[in-house]
Amino acid sequence: MTSLWSVTLATMVKDIRLEWRSKDALNSMLFFSLLVVVIFMFSFDPLAEESRHIVGGLVWVGFLFASVTALNQTWARELRNQVLDAYRVSPAPANALFLAKVLGNFIFVGVLEALMTPLFVIFYNVRVLGPAWQLLPIAILGTWALVVNGTFFAAMSLRTRSREIMLPLLLFPISIPAVVSMVAGTTSILTGEESAHFYIVLLLTYDVVFTTACLALFEMILHAE
Amino acid sequence: MSDPSISIITVNNVIKQFGRFAALRGVTAEFDAGRFHAILGENGAGKTTLLRTLAGLAQPTRGAISIFGKTPRDACRDMGYMAHPSLLYDEMSGMENLRYYARLYGIDGNGRCEEVIRIVGLDPELARPVGQYSQGMRQRMSLARAILHDPKLLLLDEPFSNVDVQSAQAMVGLLKTMRDAGKTVFVITHQASLLEGVADEFVWMHAGQIVDRTAKLTRAAAPGEDVR
Repeated sequence: MTSLWSVTLATMVKDIRLEWRSKDALNSMLFFSLLVVVIFMFSFDPLAEESRHIVGGLVWVGFLFASVTALNQTWARELRNQVLDAYRVSPAPANALFLAKVLGNFIFVGVLEALMTPLFVIFYNVRVLGPAWQLLPIAILGTWALVVNGTFFAAMSLRTRSREIMLPLLLFPISIPAVVSMVAGTTSILTGEESAHFYIVLLLTYDVVFTTACLALFEMILHAE
Repeated sequence: MSDPSISIITVNNVIKQFGRFAALRGVTAEFDAGRFHAILGENGAGKTTLLRTLAGLAQPTRGAISIFGKTPRDACRDMGYMAHPSLLYDEMSGMENLRYYARLYGIDGNGRCEEVIRIVGLDPELARPVGQYSQGMRQRMSLARAILHDPKLLLLDEPFSNVDVQSAQAMVGLLKTMRDAGKTVFVITHQASLLEGVADEFVWMHAGQIVDRTAKLTRAAAPGEDVR
């Protein structure tokens, strides 16, 4: 019997191994995020008080755009040599593939965030005035929201001719509630003006709803022609 | 071992359309267990579409397919599928590929992976990524992947393409051994002469239909058909 978790683990390990060897997604994500840091550093005075209000949006927009690269890449490698067909003819559960891709992307985007956050802090001279620990649930729930929808819509646009364009067109509008929560939550923690509790609950609800919906629909997407 | 007298595959009036183009036009056939079926026909005859439909990768627009009394997707555990592309990750070695696929079938350990790699005549110790294999090696590794879970039914799409004659003959010998062990084998090929004296049946396709089924490699052409 092929269990959901053993296939999920095997697929995730395989994806991490492939990424480690090629570094396609990580390199392009890092390059894009670095570009965002540098360009915006020159476009306004990072020492100003306003930076505390702006940097939340800047960070998440940077991560959102950068993660699209990884999300496209994650399915693109399943198209080479039609390896996805080998999965489709196996008795492995469809959701194991989806969960593995989501967890893999979560790790890749998490690594990016761990590497880039100190740069944002240094270059934009960020001082947290609110409860700093609340940034952790915002980061985890926000990243999950991005990758769960991103992985799903990347799979959906897999068989379309211009899938690189299709993914942002599908992903960005549906991510608006999550992105707004991430930005507003981060800004309220950085400025210490209001509690981020509401945004954390909103993100949690968003994650539960969309993870459930994606898991319910993924088998249909996988076997669609 | 399968009983050769029992039909394990029933294809009932299957039509497969891609937009307005019908790749399969009302295919009806029954195939017995433990036999070697060679599927022949010109390009565009519907051979690959038929095989993909049997494998459950394409859904018939109309009609039904039963394999071991189940739908193709439910019968996937008993089926091994080899496509024209390798279905292997180029960045991983053959052994890494097979270890991953073994997990999809609930096979633990390296024993079975090493065994099938040796069966197809390759070395399990080969550390090179599959992307650096020759075309012949890749085809053999692809066959190893298809037989990894010891399926009762093998669906192979052009397994001998770009393979030298010696390797192709070795692959035919292996498939013959598997047929003799009771497996049912379907092979699409343009190198039909390789299967002369080995295949139990030649299934001739033309314009999305099975036009003939013969025990020998020769047959008379249907009107408007090019028989090579």
